[in-house]
Amino acid sequence: MTDVQSYYGRPVLKEPTWMWEIPTYLFTGGVAGASSVVSLSAKLFGNEELSRRTLYIGAAADVVNPMLLISDLGRPERFHHMLRVFKVTSPMNIGAWVLFVNGGASTTAAALELLGILKPVKLLAELVSFLFGPPLATYTGVLVADTAIPVWHEARQELPWLFGASATASAGAAACIFCPPASAGPARRLAVGGVVAEGLLMHAMHLRLGETGEVYRRGAAGAFSTAAKVMASSGALMLARRGRRSRGAAVLGGALVCAGELCLRFAVHHAGKQSARDPKYVVKPQRERATRDGTRATTRPHESAASASPGT
Amino acid sequence: MSTLLGQEPTGVPDGHEAYGDEQQPRVGFFTDTSVCIGCKACEVACKEWNLIPQDGQAWTGHSYDNTGELSANTWRHVAFIEQEKPLRTNDDGTTALRWLMESDVCKHCTHAACLDVCPTGALFRTEFGTVVVQEDICNGCGYCVPACPFGVLDKRDIPSTANVGHQPDLLPIFGKKEDGRVWKCTLCYDRLKGGHEPACAQACPTKSIQFGPLDELHARADERLAKLEAEGWNGAQLYLRDPEDGIGGAGAFFLLLDEPEVYGLPPDPVVTTKHLGSMWRNMARAAAVLTVAIVGACARD
Repeated sequence: MTDVQSYYGRPVLKEPTWMWEIPTYLFTGGVAGASSVVSLSAKLFGNEELSRRTLYIGAAADVVNPMLLISDLGRPERFHHMLRVFKVTSPMNIGAWVLFVNGGASTTAAALELLGILKPVKLLAELVSFLFGPPLATYTGVLVADTAIPVWHEARQELPWLFGASATASAGAAACIFCPPASAGPARRLAVGGVVAEGLLMHAMHLRLGETGEVYRRGAAGAFSTAAKVMASSGALMLARRGRRSRGAAVLGGALVCAGELCLRFAVHHAGKQSARDPKYVVKPQRERATRDGTRATTRPHESAASASPGT
Repeated sequence: MSTLLGQEPTGVPDGHEAYGDEQQPRVGFFTDTSVCIGCKACEVACKEWNLIPQDGQAWTGHSYDNTGELSANTWRHVAFIEQEKPLRTNDDGTTALRWLMESDVCKHCTHAACLDVCPTGALFRTEFGTVVVQEDICNGCGYCVPACPFGVLDKRDIPSTANVGHQPDLLPIFGKKEDGRVWKCTLCYDRLKGGHEPACAQACPTKSIQFGPLDELHARADERLAKLEAEGWNGAQLYLRDPEDGIGGAGAFFLLLDEPEVYGLPPDPVVTTKHLGSMWRNMARAAAVLTVAIVGACARD
């Protein structure tokens, strides 16, 4: 980019410090959130087998979730500071509360199911988990979008939907792995439908992002993005065509979709890092906006000149 | 009250008025780069006063700048830019060479994204209208790092050799971390409490860094800009002085001699949380559709 000025090509923004735990959590949090919804819905329509297995899947993910998040903290022993305030301006704070409630409810329900006791309490826990599942599956889109990272912030319309679709696909796919094909019908539909919806949303996101979105074709983000597409679509195809008859195909297809969804979260994660690293992604859109609409960020002598800011 | 949810910038720092009787006039920095001589006394004074750990020594090859950027261990950073541009617009162009220097610092935004997104409340608005991290609260989640539109905040990672004899009190799940918290300029909160000016401003030998009540600094900056214009300085402009800009104006604003991006500053920054209200509503719609889709898929069984 020669038409963008910078300070020795140095980044304007700081790269997110998040490590592998965060994209992994984006995946497992999605599995937990969507599984809670699948579990109670399946029970509602009489599919006890699917309901019980997705309850366990969701609870297992909810056990892993806090471990991943705490591990990523610079001061893990202070993880509980997240819950000393309730702050709607902080998606991470809201997310911590949502995870706290959903995780508590889903693990309680799973434990009671395993022990076969306290049915009414279990049902209440399942209901709470059902209600907090969808926010858990989608808030992470707001979490990453509410930053200054161009490739995340400019995709704020699509990210909660993209993450929601990905969560649905991965919860469905996980259920296909652990549930006999006979009772996994809804899970197959969710896995395939989620992958299709995710593909469309990804396309919409790229259309909106334009040049900012080119990081998804480069470096680590590009590699994860391609891997996500290949694995999720081939897994979905396998589930759609053979998932009903063959348990082996259901397991393999489900595993491929899950791996693809995990790669998608890593693609988004790395896209954010790459977007922060190159100053042009910050400077170019802002400079264009300033030239087009004028900016109040700079005040020139005799304000009249303010709207016509020379680019060089 | 925090900034909220799509609210238009007003120039009043969020949370400043909550202090009631204890509220102090809002203070800040006016950094006038036209008189900066690049001595880096501000960098040194800041490090000394705030006991900031060393962060290595390396030659960058970028003029006299061997600091590079603001970071957890650098709260004042002097940028150096060598240009083939005349200093004054009325020069005949025969001496078209100039050396720009600028001491950068945390902007102490009126609408501060770092403060908004901090999930623990570690980042707070002081009675002076500044933005400070409480280091006994910060748990190192790192959310403020990508939230800052200026790339000011960062996590501190002390090399383990500097930590000999110190056993960090942490819970090692997948490995050991060092300091792990985020650090940034406090506008010398401790010195303000004692009635002193911040260390960098006191150390500055040319009054390039001026400290004081923000209203006074605004008036002084406007006067200075008019003077530079009268003298025909090339590219003189104030940066983040206007309370109507994307961050509601800064507590630390600047007089620059070229476009902000030349100094590594974003040309039109906007507080990250400006669109948060619509983002939450958008998420609620996505969550609702997800619920309907899953219930629907199960109903067809």
